[in-house]
Amino acid sequence: MAVTVRIPTQLRELSGGAAEVSAEGATVADVLQDLEAKHAGFSERLFDAQGELRRFVNVFVADEDIRFLDGVNTDVAPGATVSIVPAVAGG
Amino acid sequence: MAHVHGLRCRECGREYDVAPIFTCEWCFGPLEVAYDYDAIRAAVSREKIAAGPLSIWRYADLLPSDRNPAVDLGAGFTPLVRADRLAAELGLGEVWIKNDTVNPTNSFKDRVTSVALSKALEFGFKVAACASTGNLANSVAAHAAHAGLRSFVFIPADLEQGKVMTTAVYGGNVVAIDGNYDAVNRLCAELAGTYPWAFVNVNVRTYYAEGSKTLAFETAEQLGWEVPDHVVVPIASGSLLTKIRKGFDELHKVGLIDQEPNLRVSGAQAEGCSPVARAWLDGADTIKPVKPDTIAKSLAIGNPADGYFALDAVRQTGGGLAAVNDDEIVDAMKLLARTEGIFAETAGGVTIATLKRLAADGIVRSDERVVAYVTGHGLKTLDAIEPTVGPTAVIAPTLDAFHEAFPPDLMQEQA
Repeated sequence: MAVTVRIPTQLRELSGGAAEVSAEGATVADVLQDLEAKHAGFSERLFDAQGELRRFVNVFVADEDIRFLDGVNTDVAPGATVSIVPAVAGG
Repeated sequence: MAHVHGLRCRECGREYDVAPIFTCEWCFGPLEVAYDYDAIRAAVSREKIAAGPLSIWRYADLLPSDRNPAVDLGAGFTPLVRADRLAAELGLGEVWIKNDTVNPTNSFKDRVTSVALSKALEFGFKVAACASTGNLANSVAAHAAHAGLRSFVFIPADLEQGKVMTTAVYGGNVVAIDGNYDAVNRLCAELAGTYPWAFVNVNVRTYYAEGSKTLAFETAEQLGWEVPDHVVVPIASGSLLTKIRKGFDELHKVGLIDQEPNLRVSGAQAEGCSPVARAWLDGADTIKPVKPDTIAKSLAIGNPADGYFALDAVRQTGGGLAAVNDDEIVDAMKLLARTEGIFAETAGGVTIATLKRLAADGIVRSDERVVAYVTGHGLKTLDAIEPTVGPTAVIAPTLDAFHEAFPPDLMQEQA
């Protein structure tokens, strides 16, 4: 299932400068795995040595933080947008 | 002047050159300014500070901007007020209120904005911007106007009217977003990657955050270069609490105080948005993000960027955390006003309500010298008190009417 992945500025060197890339997968984990297959280097930036998402990495599926959903097992509908975003600062 | 080595990731330690960046490229951890403490130690002294301006810039050696003149409306050096009547009511021995309601735009944000925009000008930015729950918007719009910069401030559309007007009046762009603060911040993170603007709490955040240390510096200076035993600090992103602790530590590092600070740091959150307090109360290692639902809008950050660091600071120093409900918040705003003549916004209510709770629980002790940080003026959140605050009586202009409203025998008792 093709989805759009939004890439934060910090990681655009891995996507050849692209702010959005296409990837396939039925869950967030699948999508991120496919992202790595298409653009090597994402996994080691997003995941720690234990294979967990790094604690300052936030992933949203259609504007919902996956921590409110099913974590990396969250389902991703075809055509949905998965966004990778840094943590929120105060104001 | 600034004595800065570079930047460092607080999570993994990677180093970077001074630049408008805020997250580690490797692990997304927050970046921090790394200072040359030896140089600061050589440059700084109590006398030099005492001779400096009556603002945060008396501590310029400990701040990361070299801009001269700084973008400065006179933020900081606010009153540290001894609160004996509040202390008595809470069963505490010695309480001080650091009253940041009196800053140029009536919140502590003027400190961080002054630093951020001074640094932004050093970087050559021409537009100031921010995501805000109100106080930062006020501050950025005002400081941008003062510096002749264009500004774009982004706020949730349901923000208190007072905060919207007091931002818009400065003439910059005010963009109201149909979403909560976290959503506004996310949009700003994307915009910061698209436009060459200085988002004070996004791409310039690393420098901005340093301004909060001045709350600690001033507290110590105003106590005669002594460190309090216990401080109570409200938590939104968690940045303020961690920087206050850092500020006290730095005073020792650079020789302004002789003994290593031994203070307990406690944090205050609203029940309707208490991811950090929850983790502490549950004894958990992970902070679970929440969807905020509280009148304390200035603390409504569901996924706080500095949450872990704030939690660590509280645990390491032996402090505590509380999550207080909306009624407690309003009662505490009124308690502070009634006992000390200080009118704080909802965040201040959260802080005082937390102080009250922690005192009752024995976490804040009566033998401690306590400082509570009141970060914004009550005028910003009038909606919170409007339902329960008003005139004592509304009467006709006659003696009879007055006597009816205030019976003479009752008045006798009160005289």
